[in-house]
Amino acid sequence: MTTPAIELIHIDKRFGPVHANKDVTLSVGQGSIHGIIGENGAGKSTLMSILFGFYAADSGEIRVKGQPVKIKSSSDAIAQGIGMVHQHFMLVDPFTVLENVVLGVEGGALIGPALAKARSELKRLADDYDMQVNPDAIVGELPVGLQQRVEILKALYKGADVLILDEPTGVLTPDEADHLFRILGTLRDQGKTVILITHKLREIMAITDHVSVMRRGELVANFETKDTSVDELAEAMVGRSVLLHVEKGKATPGEMVLEVKDLVWRDSKNVARVDHVSFSVRKGEIVGIAGVSGNGQSELLDCIAGITKPTSGEIIFEGKSIGQLADPRHLREEGLAHVPEDRQHRGLITAFDASESSILGWQFEEELGHGFRLNRKKVVESCLREMKEFDVRPANPLLKSAKFSGGNQQKIILAREMSSNPDLLIIGQPTRGVDIGAIEFIHKRIIELRDAGKAILLVSVELDEIRSLSDRIIVMFAGKVMGERDSSADERDIGLLMAGVQKGVAA
Amino acid sequence: MSQRGELPKWVDVGLIPALNLLLALLATSVIFLLINENPIECLGIMIKGAVGSLKGWSYLLYYTTNFIFMGLAVAVAFHAGLFNIGGEGQGYIAGLGAALIGLNLEFLPWFITIPLAILASVAFGALWGFVPGYLQAKRGSHIVITTIMFNFIASSLMVYLINYWFRPIGKMAVESREITGAYILSFREIARQFFDFKYPASPLNLTVFLAFLVAWAVWYFLWRTKLGYAIRAVGLNSDAAIYAGIKPQRIIMIAMAVSGGLAGLVAVNEVLGAQHRLLLEFVQGAGFVGIAVALMGRNHPIGIVLAAMLFGLLYQGGTELSFAKTHINRDMVVVIQGLIILFMGALENAFRPWLTALFFKADD
Repeated sequence: MTTPAIELIHIDKRFGPVHANKDVTLSVGQGSIHGIIGENGAGKSTLMSILFGFYAADSGEIRVKGQPVKIKSSSDAIAQGIGMVHQHFMLVDPFTVLENVVLGVEGGALIGPALAKARSELKRLADDYDMQVNPDAIVGELPVGLQQRVEILKALYKGADVLILDEPTGVLTPDEADHLFRILGTLRDQGKTVILITHKLREIMAITDHVSVMRRGELVANFETKDTSVDELAEAMVGRSVLLHVEKGKATPGEMVLEVKDLVWRDSKNVARVDHVSFSVRKGEIVGIAGVSGNGQSELLDCIAGITKPTSGEIIFEGKSIGQLADPRHLREEGLAHVPEDRQHRGLITAFDASESSILGWQFEEELGHGFRLNRKKVVESCLREMKEFDVRPANPLLKSAKFSGGNQQKIILAREMSSNPDLLIIGQPTRGVDIGAIEFIHKRIIELRDAGKAILLVSVELDEIRSLSDRIIVMFAGKVMGERDSSADERDIGLLMAGVQKGVAA
Repeated sequence: MSQRGELPKWVDVGLIPALNLLLALLATSVIFLLINENPIECLGIMIKGAVGSLKGWSYLLYYTTNFIFMGLAVAVAFHAGLFNIGGEGQGYIAGLGAALIGLNLEFLPWFITIPLAILASVAFGALWGFVPGYLQAKRGSHIVITTIMFNFIASSLMVYLINYWFRPIGKMAVESREITGAYILSFREIARQFFDFKYPASPLNLTVFLAFLVAWAVWYFLWRTKLGYAIRAVGLNSDAAIYAGIKPQRIIMIAMAVSGGLAGLVAVNEVLGAQHRLLLEFVQGAGFVGIAVALMGRNHPIGIVLAAMLFGLLYQGGTELSFAKTHINRDMVVVIQGLIILFMGALENAFRPWLTALFFKADD
């Protein structure tokens, strides 16, 4: 057997009381794609940050091609031929592709020679790996998939033999993800080593050669991808077998709660991001909106929740036209609850303690204090009650919101919105970045709410989630409704609609 | 990814400020040595001058009163995500409100005039804060720029008004006539009238109690009312605030008006309490000291009260020092203040990484 590209030997790392990596030993073969999976907070990102020099391990050894090395900073890592593509891109938006690629390796006071060299090198890399990108394009104007490609090119330009990708498909459309996988395959075939961090089992199965599973800081299992299954990996990840399917009975839709008629929203460039959308949601049913992210779903949710004012069209909530009100406070009072897509930036305020975040949006409620006052004791009590009911860990209302894991933050938000006993709940990305255990819990709660006769409008980019939760599925593409299916529709059918293909004709 | 561990609270609010203060004093000592003075002797004079006598304490608390108002003004704006540099101008314009009532409604009994004069001070300060807030919210004019500019406008306007409107005919000094009825009693006067006790001469007056009361009220406002919650939400994350049905534009205008109103209370201490008349530039830079006070007090009323007292000590101690040492003048005191702001405000985190490392090493 050849020397492994990367060996991590007995890596141990603590952050105060948190033991992020416990005695992790991992070997990554040269010229392979190695997946690392685990729930949020399992320690995968920490491990890779140690390899890339962001953190120093408390103990342990790193070997590159059999040689022990010290990696104290990312420049050490780059010198060792390790490149990293971060989840959030490290690109300068107003710069061109070329300028971004030479960033950090300008090699002199004048930028000209470096750019000229990069231009020819970039062309060679693009040809070798099938990664075409216009070197003079402004990075900020490129679609996300291409921005990621620039990140990969940047790493390769700096001579990376080992490429670490941290949750690379989180921001990509299925098409872009497929292209990325093809690129990664080519890279492997040309002898590069790829380490892929993800929590999506399907990706692991699709493209990796080996897979390591992390759980609570430990590396608990190694598999050859061809010898394992999704179920086995899922079980290794959470330490018990989990239901990947949601148990739910038949829906019994009642009267109309939400009706959207011919809704249009134009952005500042006068582009119709929501384009003549009509649909309705009844009591006791879950309507799912499927679609690749960026096809108007977010804007649609904002219009319904009163955050933005639609350009034209009507939104009727319980018989009243609410479109032109654009008043989230009033809508909440009328019984509309909203779990926003972006929990870190909207759903809660990370600097607030959990109890303060647990009243966000409901802060004017008379129950929380008479008149202008806010009764701190009542706020903390109600937060604790919600935390217990939704199994938020730790159940400490005084802990800063930022200190909770993604799944627990999401539970705080769901608890807040669901406990208001809404007539209509709109949920954006209920389980994005949430670990499997919590996903199961959240799905169960959503079904329970439906069975209690509430109307639910669900937006998710995870097609599996839409399919397993929804009673009716609406597919959006380029701001338009492409079609409506019931929950038994097959994946291929919906997938085609999501790609803008309608009855065999490209839209 | 895991969060970095946090320091225990006593280190955060106790040890770190103490270490920074020590460092500031060390740097001050070096400067004393450079001008051939004994630093221990000089610091001794400052401390004794401020807290070694009733008179020292009185001056200290008189300065503290202004700094608390200004520190709170900066803090309220800060919690809404705004940097109010205009406390100086807001306090100055507020003097207009105090003087208009104090000089013109003297025929009314004091228990009506004084509350009215206080309200007028707050209202004039609030107006001077509201206008930049409005421009920020509706026109996007940057609050830092507008509040600075409003300081200059206030300054020129007040020179004109005091000179042409308030100055009695024939009087040389550019100031209003004396407020004889509706002024706030000084400690000296109270001691003489009610307790037959000779209290040392100082500008300290009953407004000092108002300062502590207002500090508590600001805490209550920010952390125990719905509006305070909305202000903090806007300051921390305006997207989340919009989601929550809060209107950031409205909150910005409200917060700036409240901030200006708090700055306006300085006029109560100065015009109604200490001077009994409207003087040129009576705010004397308290608006700018307030920024340092809020910074050092971490925008929390308790911290602001403590920081205001520290600055009160520096002001009074510095004055005493310039009396005792002939070649040390007030500018020297400004240097010391600057060093304290530098070490406690700007370099607040200088010790933090080092202490964090130390603490977690000890933990393992």
